[in-house]
Amino acid sequence: MKNELLKLLSKNARYTVEELAVMLAKTEAEVEAEIKSFEKEGVIRGYKAVIDWEKLDAAYVSAIVELNVVPKADLGFEEVARRIMAYHEVESVYLMSGVYDLNVVVKGKTLQDVARFVARELATIDSVTSTSTHFVMRRYKEMDVELCVAKPDDRGQFWL
Amino acid sequence: MIDYSKVLNPTVTEIKPSGIRKFFDITATMDDVISLGVGEPDFQTPWPVRKAGIDSLQRGRTKYSSNSGVIELRREISKYLDRKYSLKYEPEKEILITVGGSEAIDGCVRAVITPGDEVIIPQPSYVCYEPITRLAGGVPVIVETKAENGFKLTPEELKAAITDKTKLLILPYPSNPTGAIMEREDLEKLAEVLRDTNILVLSDEIYAELTFSSNPHTPIATVGDMWERTITVNGFSKSFSMTGWRLGYACGPSEIMKQITKIHQFAIMCAPTTSQYAAIEALKSCDEDVQNMIEEYNRRRRLMVAGFNKIGLTCREPKGAFYAFPSISSTGLTSEEFCEQLLYSKKVAVVPGNAFGDSGEGFIRASYCYSVEHIREALVRIGEFVEELRK
Repeated sequence: MKNELLKLLSKNARYTVEELAVMLAKTEAEVEAEIKSFEKEGVIRGYKAVIDWEKLDAAYVSAIVELNVVPKADLGFEEVARRIMAYHEVESVYLMSGVYDLNVVVKGKTLQDVARFVARELATIDSVTSTSTHFVMRRYKEMDVELCVAKPDDRGQFWL
Repeated sequence: MIDYSKVLNPTVTEIKPSGIRKFFDITATMDDVISLGVGEPDFQTPWPVRKAGIDSLQRGRTKYSSNSGVIELRREISKYLDRKYSLKYEPEKEILITVGGSEAIDGCVRAVITPGDEVIIPQPSYVCYEPITRLAGGVPVIVETKAENGFKLTPEELKAAITDKTKLLILPYPSNPTGAIMEREDLEKLAEVLRDTNILVLSDEIYAELTFSSNPHTPIATVGDMWERTITVNGFSKSFSMTGWRLGYACGPSEIMKQITKIHQFAIMCAPTTSQYAAIEALKSCDEDVQNMIEEYNRRRRLMVAGFNKIGLTCREPKGAFYAFPSISSTGLTSEEFCEQLLYSKKVAVVPGNAFGDSGEGFIRASYCYSVEHIREALVRIGEFVEELRK
């Protein structure tokens, strides 16, 4: 099911309620109520800015870590996934189909930070049988947003 | 020295260049202009369509097509018009593929008009009808449609414009620049006036897909017995975001199409083959892409109309195409003054309404073929501009 309000918010969470109401031909009260109920149901999980850290001097390194895991008899991958996601260094955790099990995105200030975290924290978990770490070298697009230089509008400025 | 004034065709030299040329010159010297001035979609041509174009090149389909166009494309157009609008044309004899809707309009006027024939043109409207009529030796009869009628052509206005020299009515709806559409009941009233005359109708329906009414677009050829006197023009530019592919079509009774096809055959040969193969794919597989574009346009349309009204520039709800046409008369400026000052002081480009005929004076055309972010910023700047004017 597609919801137009969610579609708009997923593009830009900073549209005002007034703008959303106008674009969706609803009242502001309806839009507010809908957002509230999405938040309550946990459909909307949060609102964050998409930041191009390369534009700042801020040290920011991230890596995709592929983990092979021995699943637990009753809990499957659940227990280890929950344990991994509790680290503040971990940005996302996905259970994957294919040749490895968990895909973990790890962030840190330096390459060493991330490497140390993987070696000390992830690799040492009992059920983890192997890790494979891939450092991100450049971000082109993040959460649907293009981070490279925007393509100029080549349509000119006037056309009847 | 050759005297060019003696060798050039006065019918051509007397055609006025586009009224917005000076704005081109101004913007050429400026950076960071936010433009709401263009008349083409900001969406990319849907990927399957581009891919079909590439595939046709890879397979070496780079020769002329038949004069009327690739038969498979004409068949798809026939199915599409029937599926969308219950509009029925035979692919073999009643559909001609042209180089954009523009060539279709030109061919149709040339096939019909002899010197002295009158062509009724409602304005404000797209700028090509008048010059094309003059080039064919015809006499444009301008009907100034009114804001209070939502810029629809009324049966009274039509009746008043008809003389015994009237040969053709051009019906440009959904309208660039006003966004007006003609609903079925509006068209039935026009049909009443046209019945039992020998007047043909050239219905330019290039924006047919972009209709934001509870009722779908109605082609006049589906109204009563209008089919026999109607040439329907449409194309791929606006609805499928394919402006640069230059592909349109004209449909009508075979007696008329036979004549337009002759002009096309000798002046053009055939529409670009690559574009024709791409367009087949557009009709076969892009309903969802088109639907997504329409929904996006609709959101932008609502945002822009609400924005203009909030600023105090009264804006009727445009029901078709992708333009808002707000009134700027409350500012006391002419359309051109408004556009020029707005451009200089706030770097926002919009088109003066009088570029589309004298009856467009007092209005501006703002296109919503831009991202919501872009439209928001432009509205903020226009709001500041109007605010400063009122001080």
